[in-house]
Amino acid sequence: MSETVTARIRETVEANDVVLFMKGTRSMPQCGFSSRVAGVLNYMGVEYVDVNVLADEDIRQGIKDFSDWPTIPQLYVKGEFVGGCDIITEMTLSGELDQVLEAKGVTYDKEAADKIREANA
Amino acid sequence: MEKMLIEDEIRDRLSQAFAPLHLEVADESESHRGHSGWREGGQTHFRVTIEAPAFATMSRLERHRAIHSALGSELVGRIHALALHVSGPEQPG
Repeated sequence: MSETVTARIRETVEANDVVLFMKGTRSMPQCGFSSRVAGVLNYMGVEYVDVNVLADEDIRQGIKDFSDWPTIPQLYVKGEFVGGCDIITEMTLSGELDQVLEAKGVTYDKEAADKIREANA
Repeated sequence: MEKMLIEDEIRDRLSQAFAPLHLEVADESESHRGHSGWREGGQTHFRVTIEAPAFATMSRLERHRAIHSALGSELVGRIHALALHVSGPEQPG
């Protein structure tokens, strides 16, 4: 992987508290798995930056090498890779995502998170 | 020789790597017909549910990484989507 791509990715995940690398955009996802994670973050009122990997082939491959993770979406909180679609879904339902956001000082709507859990109980 | 189904390759590799107590591999390609990554003939979208002792002490990320590693990058590269539900013995996924 080129140094430039790594540097660009690192800069993005370090300059923004929450970053979602996804297919499509937060308002127009191009893949069901990306859509699910963006939907959770949108609903929970988490402020985040969306990076559309379909718009940049270097990033699309580069992000997989960066995290040693073969799939997209990928969620980063405070520079740290948290997981892909299955992990974020599980963590949302178990309350672990709330804990990560709280531990990292990221604000979100706790009531909305509880509503997601109630709806999926 | 008939070409091995990806579903069977996934099942074989995970069985060998983890000796799972429970393993289900479902080809869900048909329910993604027309979506990005889907192709005629299926074998693009899979859902794996696996329970094995090895996962008991691993974090969520470690479990997924262990599975990616057991499948190998070549096989993972051939699949468009892989949904994973991983658990240790008698733990909820």
